[in-house]
Amino acid sequence: MNFSPHANADGSATMQQGLTTVSATVFGPREPRAQSRGMLLHDRAFLSVEVGEAAWAQQGGSKRSRGDKRLTEVAAAIRDTFEPVVMLQLYPRTEISVYVQVLGSDGGILSTAINATTLALIDAGVAMADYITSLSIGLHLTQPLLDLSGPEESDIPHLVVACLPSTGKISLATLETRIHVDRFEEMLDVGVEGCKVLHTEMQAEVRQRTTTIVERMQMGQGSTAAVAA
Amino acid sequence: MPRPTQTPAINKAFALDALANHQIRLDGRKPLDQRPWSINFYAQPEDDDEAGESAGDSGTASAGLGKVDVRLGKTRVIANISASIVKPREDRPYEGLIYITSEMSGMTNQSYIEGRTTEDEVLTTRLIEKAIRKSEAVDRESLCILAGEKVWAIRITLHYLSDDGNLLDCACMAAMAALRHFKKEEVEVRGDEITVVSTSSAMSDDYLARIEFSSCSLRFGNLQHKASERAPMQLAIHHTPLCVTFAYLDDNNLILDPSHYESSIATGCLTLTLNAQRELCVLSKAGGTPLAKDELMRVVRLAVERVRDMTKALEDALKADEKIRIIEVR
Repeated sequence: MNFSPHANADGSATMQQGLTTVSATVFGPREPRAQSRGMLLHDRAFLSVEVGEAAWAQQGGSKRSRGDKRLTEVAAAIRDTFEPVVMLQLYPRTEISVYVQVLGSDGGILSTAINATTLALIDAGVAMADYITSLSIGLHLTQPLLDLSGPEESDIPHLVVACLPSTGKISLATLETRIHVDRFEEMLDVGVEGCKVLHTEMQAEVRQRTTTIVERMQMGQGSTAAVAA
Repeated sequence: MPRPTQTPAINKAFALDALANHQIRLDGRKPLDQRPWSINFYAQPEDDDEAGESAGDSGTASAGLGKVDVRLGKTRVIANISASIVKPREDRPYEGLIYITSEMSGMTNQSYIEGRTTEDEVLTTRLIEKAIRKSEAVDRESLCILAGEKVWAIRITLHYLSDDGNLLDCACMAAMAALRHFKKEEVEVRGDEITVVSTSSAMSDDYLARIEFSSCSLRFGNLQHKASERAPMQLAIHHTPLCVTFAYLDDNNLILDPSHYESSIATGCLTLTLNAQRELCVLSKAGGTPLAKDELMRVVRLAVERVRDMTKALEDALKADEKIRIIEVR
């Protein structure tokens, strides 16, 4: 996890899970750009999410037309996941834009992107009701596995879960392979637990980061106080 | 991107009040009622040979197979299946191909613009692909005719005629009904000589042309065979996945099968694809209202029940059609 790698953004974060690296950048709350002015809402902010994938992140050359559909889907999923959690009513008539860039893909793009977006929004100081943490869960025979890599993801049934760790409520769940209903429940349990663990990790990073900022601010205040004296 | 229509706040308040206090929805349904399904297979032409000749399409199409008109309330989708013989992909020489094509025209709903792909359309298409292709509903290996040379390519074309909400469930039902209904011509292989045993004489010219065009070193036998020798074959279908969509209105009111208006005021949607064997094929809850785990499992169980009824509706329609359709060996 790495905060504010991007100098010009209001908030940004890079999240690395194994070999998957995703960078998220947040601009806003700001006045809607000309092309999206029509989306303006008078009583709250709206979220716009764009997802891109670096050419080198794709395996075996680019498959543009299919990739585009997939990325649109990821973008829509991120937007709908964050809409109920970000306190949009605090920022009427504005836009919060999130740009997600996949820098390396080795499975679990969606979950890493969601984690990166959470950190970037926190970094930007946007009010949120809770963190959103996300993980993928696979199933080998009857053994649930956490956070799959690329080859694992293509071979075994897997589920992506995003949840609000403090209440344990599930805000996103996507499953794309055939699985029995009873097995699904086990996977969901493991996923929610995993998300809670991830939350403690992320919170520790955020606290560390905040401590550094506070220390720097105090340092600045200390020096001005010294000059005044 | 077209701006989504915003409905008056008073309409929304009325709908939510009716649901919360009286457990009734704007069209009179209970929260967990589905609109009635109507599954109509296209009628068979009166005289197979004559009608087929003028249609000039492949044999099974002229027999009216694999064409279905599905309605869910006022939502309406037509699905059509066609099959052709092609060369397989090089990395998968034993597998047939399945294509799903769909288009939303401007007449589907006012929010769609002809020629532009909206996000809704992408999401619907992706989910149908996942439900049918990724869940391996059709056995692709059984579509192989001659390994590495000739396989069947099955094309599912979905025409969305009207969208009054829940287009996805309707489209998935239409696609599965059409796949179950479709029958492809029997193929005879002797050495490397392939004969397509047609159902009607109409297809032969068309097929002859198509096969010669795509063949390199293969010789083809007499294509003037008639169905007098073999009846067309059903596709090998592993299971019948069907989609069920739920929506959340105002965070805690669960409804099944949202209408277009209801989905525009919904705070979250949730689509499940299940089959009659209680297997979950696709679960898509992309954001929206966060749910507790128990709540999610309750929805899954409700969906299992629902799919059982939907499967029954489909089976009944297929059985009723089987009685009136004549595909005989003459």
